[in-house]
Amino acid sequence: MALYGQKQFHIVNHSVPREDGFDKVTGRATYAADIKYPNMIYAAMLRLVGVASAKVTKIDTSKALKLAGVLAVFTADSFPKMKSWARYFYITDTVRYVGDVIAIIAAETYAIAEEAKKLIHVTYEELPAVFDIREAMKEGAHPVHEEYPDNIFTDSIYTLRKGDTEKGFEQADLIIERTYETQYAEHAYIEPEAVVASEDSSNGEMTIHASAQNPFFTRRYVADILQIPLNRVHIIQETLGGSFGGKEEGVGLLAARAAFVCHVLHRPVKMVYTREESILESSKRHPFLLTYRAGVKKDGRIVAWEATQIGNSGAYNNQTQFLNWRACAHCAGAYDIPNIKSKTFGVFTNNVHSGAFRGYSSPQLLFAQEQFIEEIAEELGMEPLKLRLINCLRDGSTVATGAKVSEVLLPDIIEYTAKQTDYTKKYEQNKTQSGRIRKGIGMAISHRGCGYGAESPDAAGAFLIVNEDASVLLHSGIAENGQGLKTVYCQIAAEALGVPYENIRFFGTDTHRIPDCGMTVASRGTVMGSQAVKKAGEKLNLILREHACTLGFFDSGKGGAPNDRIAQDLVLREGHIFDPSYHEYQVPLADVTNIALWKGLNMAAYEWHVPDPCIQEHDTQQGRAFPTYSYTCVVAELEVDTGTGEVTLKNVHSSHDVGTAINPALIKGQIYGGIVMGWGYASMEEVVLKNGIVGSRNLDEYLIPTAMDMPNMKVSIFECDDNSGTYGAKSVGEPAIECVAAAIANALYNATGRRIRCNPAGLENVLIGRKLW
Amino acid sequence: MERYSLCVNEREYEFLANANETLLFVLRERLDLTGAKCGCLTGDCGACTVLIDGEAKKACLIQIRNAVGHKITTIEGLSENGTLHPIQKAFIYCGAIQCGFCTPGMILSAKALLDKNLSPTESEIRDAISGNLCRCTGYERIVEAILLSSKMLRGEDCDV
Ligand code: FES
Ligand code: FES
Repeated sequence: MALYGQKQFHIVNHSVPREDGFDKVTGRATYAADIKYPNMIYAAMLRLVGVASAKVTKIDTSKALKLAGVLAVFTADSFPKMKSWARYFYITDTVRYVGDVIAIIAAETYAIAEEAKKLIHVTYEELPAVFDIREAMKEGAHPVHEEYPDNIFTDSIYTLRKGDTEKGFEQADLIIERTYETQYAEHAYIEPEAVVASEDSSNGEMTIHASAQNPFFTRRYVADILQIPLNRVHIIQETLGGSFGGKEEGVGLLAARAAFVCHVLHRPVKMVYTREESILESSKRHPFLLTYRAGVKKDGRIVAWEATQIGNSGAYNNQTQFLNWRACAHCAGAYDIPNIKSKTFGVFTNNVHSGAFRGYSSPQLLFAQEQFIEEIAEELGMEPLKLRLINCLRDGSTVATGAKVSEVLLPDIIEYTAKQTDYTKKYEQNKTQSGRIRKGIGMAISHRGCGYGAESPDAAGAFLIVNEDASVLLHSGIAENGQGLKTVYCQIAAEALGVPYENIRFFGTDTHRIPDCGMTVASRGTVMGSQAVKKAGEKLNLILREHACTLGFFDSGKGGAPNDRIAQDLVLREGHIFDPSYHEYQVPLADVTNIALWKGLNMAAYEWHVPDPCIQEHDTQQGRAFPTYSYTCVVAELEVDTGTGEVTLKNVHSSHDVGTAINPALIKGQIYGGIVMGWGYASMEEVVLKNGIVGSRNLDEYLIPTAMDMPNMKVSIFECDDNSGTYGAKSVGEPAIECVAAAIANALYNATGRRIRCNPAGLENVLIGRKLW
Repeated sequence: MERYSLCVNEREYEFLANANETLLFVLRERLDLTGAKCGCLTGDCGACTVLIDGEAKKACLIQIRNAVGHKITTIEGLSENGTLHPIQKAFIYCGAIQCGFCTPGMILSAKALLDKNLSPTESEIRDAISGNLCRCTGYERIVEAILLSSKMLRGEDCDV
């Protein structure tokens, strides 16, 4: 048992307040849409909103161009195509989904640009289309991209082989198979995407203020469209109003469009999505069609597992391949199963494109896997808790990729959470209820590979500068997305460097100040991205102790010590340097830095961290996929009105092994947010698409939980001695959401005896077990 | 364009605007008060919430002519001479902020509630902020912060 509270640190592992609190409560924090330039113009985008697949044959812009205040109308002919690396279009004449942009209008005001849209006449031919993944894979289906004739996104196929499933199934006493399906879901960050572009004509430098999750990623789009070197593209990440994986490609496209219009018209340009546009063009959570088959012994041991995991990529994709790699590594849930075989791939359709969204496939997979486990238990006549404990990962287990895991708190976390919620008793009681209002309790567990793992090198850098007054500037290429990353990075720098937290300033991510450190995704920011911050802090800590010696602060006699001291004899902590044997004599760091500057001594450190490589065999996906895993157990309790299908979520207990809680308050904040987002995913959130047309176009139709919907939430934080991450930290941002929908689905079954195999559990799904449309 | 004058945060502003502009547009684009945010323009997210004569209202739904003659308070007007209002302090103290995009609207909805009801229950608080969407926090800490600020405003001892 290792509940939070037993580790010894000075600054990390404590709940220091957020460094951006003041700006955010006073309205001073600047978001991209708040930026203004003199002489700035606006650009708006035109789409064929009601058509998902078409060839545009003519765009008549003459009337629009006559409208006073309209400066230009761009179409596919007058706009660059993407040249380098991505599979998107800034403007296209071949519409593959409703979000595709077919023209861009630049005008003096936003209202004029919008007015001009109505004056543009578009002629097009509608083309055949496919929307459902089953349809898309049928022979003769319309290919969304010529390069993929059967619509299967070949770059995203992953197959995994562990042990021998044939033998495994032979040994099994029971074989069971089930299929589950999940929906399109929208990030629904409250801030719609926004960019402002401005060009310095004297040197050709393009500056973009952007609501970008990953400024370096956005920079590639701008360099691509203008065909200029990266050192002429300056991306400034403004305060980000939520992202959750959503402000990646979409913001790249937007930034490039604004940059091009700015470059052609020689005026600063602002482009902001309306909520409708944000829902239309931004990526979505991949819907998955998931089939699992398991072979089980009578005693509950799962001896064989087969998985087919098919993702709906939508019309374009640059992420399905990475997401599927993760889905492949997690194809068997948090269980130690000797024989596993799985296939994961994406399929193109004429729907809105799918991309990264908090969890990166795990909420979908767990929705299925964690219900499947309970379906197996039921067939065996065994309590689901028992089945989980028999099969779950523990010290020495091997995960699906064949790698051994250690320091696994999962069994403890499961037992603790079950006990705290009185899970077993309630679970049994609920099965015998009658009456209209029924109670349900449900559990889900997970393991989550921390960071990028073998997906790509999890490397990042950090630069620390100490000024003569001992204040510190921190630069990192990993970005604040609202999760509190700056605060956590300042804590880590303060701990490693030995200065008070308040002395550190990390003012933002700017592509001109630090190398590309990869994306702020995969819950990697704290676990891996900050390793370089720690390293740079430690290096600088030593440098400053050396300076203290060089400058004579620890010569013999100082502080009563008989001998000269060297750096290794000293400690720099909380802004003071001292010799622990003569600790009454404490030299304030500023005394040292003040002199060091004028003596020409270095007071900065840059470090780059590359973790030990994770290597897997490609065809079987066997090997070490991740440096370590986070473990989670969620128990949800709810009430169902069996007359109306209405579900009230009562209590959620979410327990997590976070390794080391760098900032427990921020972690809890992440978990509360994850629970409520997971509740939305489980119950009400679905981007309704009919023939590719988005039905839920604004926040009155795409509903997300309000303060009235929140359950009582309890969070338990566990820590362990696994030191793979920075100060032993593990991922938490995505574990916070991934089990929630699965636990809710299991609770619904416990309440009603009806399995929700198709997410979300809307009224009719709860009442009759299927969706009506 | 017509000439308007508007009282915002106890200051009179004179400006030119088109009759069909919303209060939100005027605040952000004409008066450079960007604390009110735009999240939907349909009255559904609450990021644009301001106080009109003390009532929490969605500025994206209000035509500028209907705002004239009323007292408008935006988030910029909440901290007098740089001193934070107790609600603002409580939001920081409780960690009721993540991305912060909903924060100005949340705080103003809380203020409208607390100006009328200094001892709200948790469910009254939830109700008062039910028109303000937050995608990051799960609302837990926001409700906590509003409860705490009600204590502060009642003059109870709180070490904030
Ligand atoms: S912008 Fe006014 S309610 Fe969303
Ligand atoms: S803090 Fe991000 S929307 Fe509320």
